[in-house]
Amino acid sequence: MTDALSQYSVLSLYSAMGVYAIAFVLFTIDLAGKTTEGKISAKFQRIAYALTWVGFALQLAAAIMRGVAAHRVPWANMYEFAMTGTLIITGVFLVANLKWNLRFVGTFSTGLVLILLGLAATRYYVEVVPLPPALQSYWLVIHVFVATLGTGFFSLGFSLSVLQLLQQRREVAVHDGKKTRLTGLVKLPDAVALENYAYRLIIIGFIFWTFTLIAGAIWAEKAWGRYWGWDTKEVWTFIIWTIYAGYIHARATRGWRGTRSAVLAIVGFSAVMFNFTIVNIFFKGLHAYSGL
Amino acid sequence: MVNPKLSIAGYGRWLWSLLTSMRTALVLLLFLAIAAIPGSLFPQHSSDPNGVAQYFADNKDLAPVLDTFQLFDVYSSVWFSAIYILLFISLIGCVIPRTKHHFDALRARPPRTPARLERLPGFDEREFGGVDAEVALASARRVLKSQRYRVERYDRDGAITISAERGYMRETGNLVFHFALVGVLIAVGFGSGFGYNGQRVIVEGQGFSNTLLAYDSFNPGRFFTPTQLEPYSLKLDKFTTTYEQKNLNAIGQPTDYLANVTAQLRDQKPFATTIKVNEPLRIAGTDVYLLGNGYAPVVTVRNPAGKVVFHDAVPFLPQDKNLTSLGVVKLPDGLPKQVGMIGFFYPTAQDAHGGMKVSVYPDLVDPLLTFNIYVGDLGLNDGVPRSIYALDTSKLTKLTGINTKLESLEMKPGQSATMPNGLGTVTFDKVVRYASLDVHHDPTQGWVLFFALAALAGLLTSLFIPRRRVWVSIAPAGKNKILVEYAALARGDDPTLVAGVQGIIDAHIRDLGLTRD
Repeated sequence: MTDALSQYSVLSLYSAMGVYAIAFVLFTIDLAGKTTEGKISAKFQRIAYALTWVGFALQLAAAIMRGVAAHRVPWANMYEFAMTGTLIITGVFLVANLKWNLRFVGTFSTGLVLILLGLAATRYYVEVVPLPPALQSYWLVIHVFVATLGTGFFSLGFSLSVLQLLQQRREVAVHDGKKTRLTGLVKLPDAVALENYAYRLIIIGFIFWTFTLIAGAIWAEKAWGRYWGWDTKEVWTFIIWTIYAGYIHARATRGWRGTRSAVLAIVGFSAVMFNFTIVNIFFKGLHAYSGL
Repeated sequence: MVNPKLSIAGYGRWLWSLLTSMRTALVLLLFLAIAAIPGSLFPQHSSDPNGVAQYFADNKDLAPVLDTFQLFDVYSSVWFSAIYILLFISLIGCVIPRTKHHFDALRARPPRTPARLERLPGFDEREFGGVDAEVALASARRVLKSQRYRVERYDRDGAITISAERGYMRETGNLVFHFALVGVLIAVGFGSGFGYNGQRVIVEGQGFSNTLLAYDSFNPGRFFTPTQLEPYSLKLDKFTTTYEQKNLNAIGQPTDYLANVTAQLRDQKPFATTIKVNEPLRIAGTDVYLLGNGYAPVVTVRNPAGKVVFHDAVPFLPQDKNLTSLGVVKLPDGLPKQVGMIGFFYPTAQDAHGGMKVSVYPDLVDPLLTFNIYVGDLGLNDGVPRSIYALDTSKLTKLTGINTKLESLEMKPGQSATMPNGLGTVTFDKVVRYASLDVHHDPTQGWVLFFALAALAGLLTSLFIPRRRVWVSIAPAGKNKILVEYAALARGDDPTLVAGVQGIIDAHIRDLGLTRD
């Protein structure tokens, strides 16, 4: 039963990846497409967006089946964390699109999710095993889930910040009367609007990250006997918190809005990814739950 | 341009305004992030002392250089401390004037209505017929009050106006957040000064009391006094490890550790309780954590005449996931020569190639204990403290095991073996388990949590409560008609400003009993 379910979970995940791949291609064609072809590319975007929902549903099924197979939340090792984390990244992208039209970010969201899932499925896959005693706590449900939520919002903020920088370059080029290859960005919001979107998403991510830090400290006190011990994972969580605290202050600092704050958002998310991949696998520490 | 000459006080003011500027705070924040990185690249004394020792052994030339720059103590280093102390001074210097300013703002009336509202964001206007200007103004006042605006009436030529402001909590939250961070820092400092932690290994059936001498290792805070130690005692009755037996991918993986203990506070009855991973024992202001566990073979050594010279449960350190364990017995007295024994314990022993043994399962299925015997000088008399888990073999001669003519001593529970050279006999009586406990006292960790949660609450209010000003201006517009102008101004980020004004207009129309047209 357990084996069958976890195999269905893998199958469902691979299907999701296939659907995401098509969505990624269509999103990219749309983003790169020139305005003169606007009609066709708008259709591509609509299809890609719908496919992302389909991929999300398949991935959600994969995560649920994995959780049922393991009798616990599906985020207790690196493979599962990647699966649920990317599910949340896609989820944040889709939910944000119910409020604002940010479909043009799709190429980044699906691209990032594809890379992470590809890594997870080929390099990090582990069979379902029971939880080690250190992870048997309701804080696993809270702390890790909120961390993935924060990551989801940061990822969308990151994508918007990248687009903001590109848009800025295009705007400067147009202003100076120079040629630019970034004409596809004409149909996107201007750089200031992109920055505003990014900021609003990142402050939500920052709240979740702050909560992750506090919840992690409470759990660490229970499990390891101290709430803070500069474990490598704690260090990187702190570094990420500090970078994003800087990002939020940058908005109120003359000369730091615009390009510099976008760079901070990009550095911040790079640190999140570094924390998830390099720190998990190569750094020694107490958060050694990758299962590899 | 001529630079004005600055007095010392002038320099001081210049430095202070530089330090407390937002730009400096931002740069310090980013420095702090960068400065924290080396602590994850190099092992730290605080979190991984064995890693530091290993690093020194592996990099004999580089390690002392790194140590000069405090790279093994990053988070208590001069340079890291300098950054966060400067950052906090900058923070305090920024927040205190803002607090005063905020107190003034809380008592001040909303500002006068600007002359030309149409230049402001969210501007909109409506013409109403058959409504008295004063009635409309009173209605606008009601609507704004119900939305928790602070309102003030200002009249001017040809128009009566209301100026309203809300969202003072935004700045309150901002200030709470920053003060709470200072609170966290102070509480952490006090906690590390007055707290302590101690580690102790106890074998099943044994106990210890919360006194300095009872600990194997002890780390007091700077202001710790031994009288702080609350008197109580703990006895380990039984230690149980549960192993996975069904899941083929995880056979032998531990799924539960349980320490059954008897605790006793001074002058009170003893009571039975448990300690688990994630479920520490809270007792007498201390927290007792289950840090590790392992096997402790009970070993008896007799001299050639048959007299017992050693009898104890010896904790062995686990070496792999199947709990092949390593332990040491030192016999300085009672035998013809000083004897040291390095032992391996295999909970489920199996033969491996080359006459080696290996443990294939962590539980006690087929336990085996082996000893290599060394004779000579144990080095216990030169006054240098020696680890009880390691044997210094530099002045010892190996008698059994690899590179000797004799085989290691091998015993199953209840069996005895004879040491070579007529040294005596060793008996492996039985094996018990031990738990290594970590006892912590941190008097301020509750305060740290309180301030951290206050910071979170402050953060939420400061980021999501919009601070905005709204103006409503009413002027006559021809026969029996009035023109109502609405406008707003955001202070800080406010994505819903325009929608907010529209909501006020709708509410105003409803309050006046008019229908939307």
